[in-house]
This record gives sequence, C-alpha cells and structure tokens, in this order.
Amino acid sequence: MNTVIFRTIAPYLAALMIVFSIFVLLRGHNEPGGGFIGGLIAASAIAIYGISAGVAEVRRALVFHPITFAGFGVFIAALSGFMSLFVEVPFLKGLWLFINLSDGSELALSTPMLFDIGVYFVVLGAISTIALALEEDEDDK
Amino acid sequence: MIPTQAQSFSMLLVAIAPFLTAFVAPLVKRFVPQHAGWVLALIPASIFAYIFSFIDLIAQGEKLRFALPWIPMLGIELSFYLDGLSLVFGLLISGIGTFIVIYSGGYLSGHQHLGRFYAFILMFMGSMLGLVLADNVITLFVFWELTSITSFLLIGFDHSRQASRRAAIQALVITGGGGLLLLAGLVLIGFSMGTLDISTMLQYPGFMAEHSAYLPVFILVLFGAITKSAQVPFHFWLPNAMEAPTPVSAFLHSATMVKAGVYLLARFNPILGGTIEWQVTLPILGGITLITGALLALRQTDMKQMLAYTTMASLGMLVMLIGAGSKEAILAAMLFLVAHSFYKGGLFMVVGAIDHETGTRDITEVSGIAKELPITFFGAALAAFSMAGLPISLGFFAKEEIYLIAKTFEWQHWLIAIVALVGNALMMAAGAAIAIKPFLGPRIATPKSPHEAPLSMLAGPAILAVLGIAAGVFIYQFGDWFFSPSASAVYNHKVSNHLGLHFDPIPLGLSIATWALGGLIHWKLETVRDILRRIARVWTWGPDQGFDQFMFGLVRFADWITRIIQHGRLELYLILVFVALAGAVYAPMVLTGSIPPMPDVLPQLRFQEWGVLLIAALGLLAVVFGRTRLVAIVSLGVQGFAVALIFLLLGAPDLGFTQFMVETLSVVILALVMTKLHLDQRDNRVFEEVIRDGGLALVCGIGLTMLLLAVLQTDLDTTLTEFFTKTSVPIAHGRNIVNVILVDYRAIDTLGEISVVMTAGIAILALIRIRAGGPKRGIGAIKKAVKRATSSARKTRSAS
Repeated sequence: MNTVIFRTIAPYLAALMIVFSIFVLLRGHNEPGGGFIGGLIAASAIAIYGISAGVAEVRRALVFHPITFAGFGVFIAALSGFMSLFVEVPFLKGLWLFINLSDGSELALSTPMLFDIGVYFVVLGAISTIALALEEDEDDK
Repeated sequence: MIPTQAQSFSMLLVAIAPFLTAFVAPLVKRFVPQHAGWVLALIPASIFAYIFSFIDLIAQGEKLRFALPWIPMLGIELSFYLDGLSLVFGLLISGIGTFIVIYSGGYLSGHQHLGRFYAFILMFMGSMLGLVLADNVITLFVFWELTSITSFLLIGFDHSRQASRRAAIQALVITGGGGLLLLAGLVLIGFSMGTLDISTMLQYPGFMAEHSAYLPVFILVLFGAITKSAQVPFHFWLPNAMEAPTPVSAFLHSATMVKAGVYLLARFNPILGGTIEWQVTLPILGGITLITGALLALRQTDMKQMLAYTTMASLGMLVMLIGAGSKEAILAAMLFLVAHSFYKGGLFMVVGAIDHETGTRDITEVSGIAKELPITFFGAALAAFSMAGLPISLGFFAKEEIYLIAKTFEWQHWLIAIVALVGNALMMAAGAAIAIKPFLGPRIATPKSPHEAPLSMLAGPAILAVLGIAAGVFIYQFGDWFFSPSASAVYNHKVSNHLGLHFDPIPLGLSIATWALGGLIHWKLETVRDILRRIARVWTWGPDQGFDQFMFGLVRFADWITRIIQHGRLELYLILVFVALAGAVYAPMVLTGSIPPMPDVLPQLRFQEWGVLLIAALGLLAVVFGRTRLVAIVSLGVQGFAVALIFLLLGAPDLGFTQFMVETLSVVILALVMTKLHLDQRDNRVFEEVIRDGGLALVCGIGLTMLLLAVLQTDLDTTLTEFFTKTSVPIAHGRNIVNVILVDYRAIDTLGEISVVMTAGIAILALIRIRAGGPKRGIGAIKKAVKRATSSARKTRSAS
C-alpha cells in the first residue's frame, strides 16, 4: 500500500482534504455538510498523511497533541453557549450578526457557526487521536 | 416584620462570610503570624453581634424569614429563617467559634499548617451557620453535608497519622451516610407537604403525623439525626474523632456539630413530633446513649476521651428530652443545650491547655498543677461546677428543669427523670475528676514543666466558665432572651419564662440525690473504673470493630463483584452486549404482543435500488465466508457503503455523506486495531462457537428487522418534522435542517455528545498506551512514576 505514488500524492491529497473539510464545515448550515462530517474528512486526511509520512511527521506538523484539539472543540462549543450571557438570553441560544459586505453580499456570523466549529475540532481531535495512536509502531517509542 | 432586602443580604453574608474568610485565612496567617487568630476572630465576633441585634425582636416572638430571589424562573428563593431556635444556635456557633479561633492560634502556634487549619475551622463555621439558618430543606441538607466534609478535614488534619485518617473516614462514612438518608427523608417531607420551606411546614403542625408517609420520613430523619449526634449504636465515631486537634474537639465535637442532629430533631419537633413513634423511640435511644456514654466516660483515663463520652451522654440527654416532648422537657432541653455548650466547650479547652502545658492528658499522670495554671484551674472549676449542676450555675437550672418533668407523676416521665438522674450523677463524677484531679493534690512530675497557658488559650475557657455562672445568676433575663423563645420555637406554642429560684421539693430532692450519687461515684472513681475495665475486657466486640469489619467486607465484596463482571474476556463482553440487545428488542414486542406481520408483497424498488441491495448481500457473504480477518473487515465496509448509497438514492445526501466517511474511518481503524492486537490472520472458531455467535447474530438481525417493520407500519408523527421545516429558515437562518437541529435547536444535546466523544478519545488513547507497553510493563511504569513523584515531593519538602 505504501507505494511511491501514494507517498508522493498523500501530502497534496491530505492538504486538499483539509481545505475541503473546512469548506464542508462552513457550508453546513445551508447545504449538506457541517462540523461533524467536516471533522471526519479532516481526520481522514490526517490518517492518510500518517500512513504515508509516518506518525512522527504528523505529530510534528500538528504541533499540538491531537486530543488537545478535541478539548479545544468542547471549549469553543461551550464558549458559544456562554455568549448568550451577555445579552441575557438562555444558554446556547443562537445569536446572529449579519454584516453587509461592499459587493452587496451578506456575511452571516453566528454562535451556531462557532458551535459547529467546536464540533469539527472535537471530531477531528478524537478520531485522529485514535488513528494516530493505532498507527504508531510500538518500536517508535 | 418582613426583613428588608438589605437585611436579607446581611443574613446571606452571615453564612457566606466564614467561607470567604477561609480563603484569605492562610494569607492573614502569613502576614500576621502571631496574631492571626485574633484578627480572624473578628469575623465570627461580628456575626455574633449581628445575630444578637435581633434578640429583642425574637424575644417578642417574631419569626423572621429572609428571602432573596435565586432562580426566579422556577420560583426558588434563597431563604433563611430566624426564630428562637436558630438564634440560640447561631449565637452559640459564632460566639464559641470566636473563642475557638483565638484559642487555635495559641494551641497550634508554630504549626506549619496553621493557616489551613484556620481555613477549615472557618469553613465549618459557615456550614454550621448555614445549617441552622436555612429555611429550605435542600439548603439545610447541603450545609449539613458540608459540616460532615469540613469535620472530615478537621479530624484528619494531622493526616500523617493512621489513627487520624481512620477516624476521619469513619466520621465521614457515618455522618455522610446518615446525611443521605436525611436527604431522602427531607425530599419525602417536601413531596408530602408540597413545600420545601421549613417556615411554611411549621404552619401545618400535625399534618405529617397523619400522613401515610410519616413512618418512612420519621425513620429517615431519625437516622440523619442519630448518626450526626452520635447516638447508640452510631456513637463510636465521636470518641475516635478526638484524634482531631483539641480546638476541633471543643468546637465541633462538643459545642456545635454533634448538636446538629439535636437541632434537626428540635426543628422538626412541631412537624414530626407528638406521635407515639417519636415519643417512644427518641427517649429510649437517648436514654441508652446517656447511660452508655456516661459509663464509658468513667472507664477512660484520657481526659479528652472522658469529655468525648460525656458529650455523647449529653447528646443522649437532649434527644431523650426532645422525645419526651412536654413543655418542661423542651425548655429543659434548651437550657441543657446552652449550659452544656458553655461548660463542655470550656472543659475541652482546659484539657487542651493541660495537654499543651504538661505534655500529657492522662488523668493519672497529672496532679497538683493549680499553682502553675491558676486561671485554667479557675475556668475548669467553674465549668465543672455548672456540669455538676450546683447552684446557681446554668447547669443547675437545666437540671432542675429536667427534674420538673417528674412532676406529672406519669411513670414514663419518672423513668426519664431517673435515667437523667443516673446520667447526671455519672457525668458529674467525670467532670469533677477533670476539674479536681489534675489541679489539686500532690504535685507529680509531668513530661513538660507547666506554665500558665497564653492569653489566647485562657480567654475562651475563662469567659465561657464565667458565662455559665452569669447565665445562672441572671437566669430570668437569659430565659427571656434565649430559653423561652427557643423552647417556644421547638414546642410551637408559647413557652412562658418561669425560670428562677423556686423551691420545689421534687426537683430539689432529685438534685440532692444526684449530687449525693455523683459525689459517691467520684469518691470511688478508681473502683468504678476498675469494674468497668473488667467488663470491657470481657466484652471485646463493639460497633467500632463492627465498622472495620463492615468496611473490610465491603471492599472484599466489591472486589468479588469486579472479578465477576470485569473478567477481561472480549468475546464474553460482546456476547453480553448482543444478548442484551436482543432482549431489549424482543421483550417489548413479545410483552405487548405487537410482533409485526410479514409484509405480503415484495417492495416495489427501482432497478438501481435492487443493485445496491445486491452489493450489500454480496458484501455480507464476503464477511461470513472471507478467508482472512482483513477481508472480512473490508467487506463489512461494503455493507456500509451500500447503506450510504441507499441514503443518497432516497434524497438524504447529508446522511449518505456522513455514512461514507464513518464507514471509511471504521474500516481503517478496525484494520489498524487488528495489526495492534497481533491476531492470527484467520479467525479459527470451533464449531460450537460458530453456532453460538452465528445464532446470536441472526437473532439480533431478525429482531432489528422486525423492529423496523413495526416502526414503519405505524403512522409517523410529523409534528416535529413540520415544525423544523417551517421554522428552520426564519428563526434559525439555515436551510440544512439536520445541521440546524444539531447546532441550534438541540445544541445542548450535541454539547453533551461532543464531550462524550472527547472523553472517549482520551480513554481510548489511555487504553492503547497501556496495551502498547503490555500489562506488566504498564503497571511497572505506574509504580515507577509514583516512586518518582514521591521522591521529588520529598526533595521539594526538604528544600523548603
């Protein structure tokens, strides 16, 4: 499986998948997609990169331990809930901010989006933690 | 009178301030190491002054309810209730607490963890104040458990000694366990009466007595009270709690915490009292505790132990009096409660001072130190005077009031009076021994040559001792302020103040009998002690040993259960899971008789849908007949992809998309696990196992199919579907309903789920790590890590 072709393509493929996962994440509110599926795609990207380049290389590229991403995700999701504290509405109530851009289109920022980003990080972090730990050779340590 | 908002806040502060002070106590200790006790004592002193400011109102029979909105949406208030009873308790806690904080500074002077000790003591004080001031029974329970926890911390303060740790755990298990029963009882009262506020409950006296839930409520509340107040057979934790530093014993285990159970019984007397159960159980329990405690006290030579057992006896007296329930008995209980707090708190501090100055607290090893410790002797003598009930101390009036019960000439009241007489005489002998033996008589050498204790350790015993006499001298005024209002609160009717010097032949006669008997026992103390010790040698088993056996048995039992449930064999775990699944699927269908009929026609499917089904079927065959495990796993993925295709064909791209990704990752991770587990390439099952596993799989599969059929044959409720379709864009600004539900409508569910995902990730990571090292190396590594941590901790300790 670990052919030259795979090893050469894998980094590009992984990068592409990461970009695609972000795209899927952000379109999720209106089109098929969302944080969960986006996180799965990103985790697959990391798994593929891990198989091709070795776990050590992935860990170096990620900078933080993957489980940190999961913790960060839960933190962000909870944080998006606490936003409601400032406008005195119930916990996790969706808050929206619409910004009119110069070209006439509209940019919608919201706490559900922030929440979805949190979900993305949790899925990405948890799955890639498991995948990387399993890919790691016992002799590596 | 309805208190103002500001007053309500102040009352909240009364319970909170000690906690806040506890946070800064170690800092105060750092900045003014010598006088921290005096500084910190300002807090309880001001609490005392604040509560005292209500004394005229309460004396006039007012009952104050301080309420602050807490969760206004649910109508829950944070409320405190101040009447005669909580006022007396509040003053005792904050007043004696003031002296205890000061005393601690002297007693533990130079102790490296004195700051921590202040923090614990103050936290306890806050819990205790919250307990007696709470109006809501749930608030009461929370503070109740807080007193158990802070007591645990204080008993185990000297945590390097095994005896302290055992005593701390024992106290926590007993009082905490009783607390849980109490919670059940309180909730049950709340349900029965439809309110959680004590102030409201008190307006319906007698309601619970008629209620069908009375007996369980009574038993549950009783267990809460008798575990906390150390009644037989739960008394043994109290003497063991003497492992705590003496200020703790003086404060928690004589004057305040152990009286929480008494407070509970007194507080609920109007609600639960007056029944046969109440009037029989409490006096019997209390009477037995009184006599047992007093006898055990005389057996001891450790003065702290003697005081601990007399405390237990006094608690028995209080429980007995509250159980008797007559007007005189309640008033007597209130008098005895205050008198006991004064003299016992004082005597504990005296014993602490003797221990501190001479280096021993064994009554046979100290003698004739009155010359060196005159003020301590003065405090001890006055306290013992009140304990013996000699005129005209507060103890005297308490005792007279107790004996007044006998005036009804009913046999049960006479019995109570006689039991009280014997108990009083025994306690008097013990008290006299502590006040006389160490101070008078020939001087014998002690481990340390004694000097008078520092001022911080004299203030408490001296002032409490003087108060015990002063309250007797001004008994009418004290009665107006404290005893009549508190007894009225417990009795739920006005108890008028008739306290004063009256010469009533019956109480006076019984008093004289008490002094005579007490004097006799004190005179023959050595003989009595010898006899009691001889009995103790024969009677070796007690609830204290029983507690150890119980805890040991509990651990053994848990070990046994764990071995059975967690056998560590994966295939058995899986079988259990699938058997449970089959049970969950079949049981409702069979029990409700709703086994779905087979559909009589094959579904009308398009050809591409047949194609997908064919792929799935082929994948299935490949799983079952695959030659190697890897082939089976990959073929399992085929199943998943087929399902994903069906989702796509049915117009659910979101689901299909997710299914693809989940399936891919499952196959990858399963394959990776396979390599980790070092399994054989092939799965070699014997024939019986094939039949067992295959059969179970078929049963589960058929069950799930039937479940789906049953679901599809009922009409789907489309209320939610319509709601989400209609509102998704207008109120949630999203067209992808699935996503909108996940991140907006049901975001709190998702938050819970992602927390689980994260936790599972951490757990799996840990499991893989352990497996990677192998079980032996894993445990070895943990041991090594622990050793490293302890040695480095030791290094830092020695460096500092």
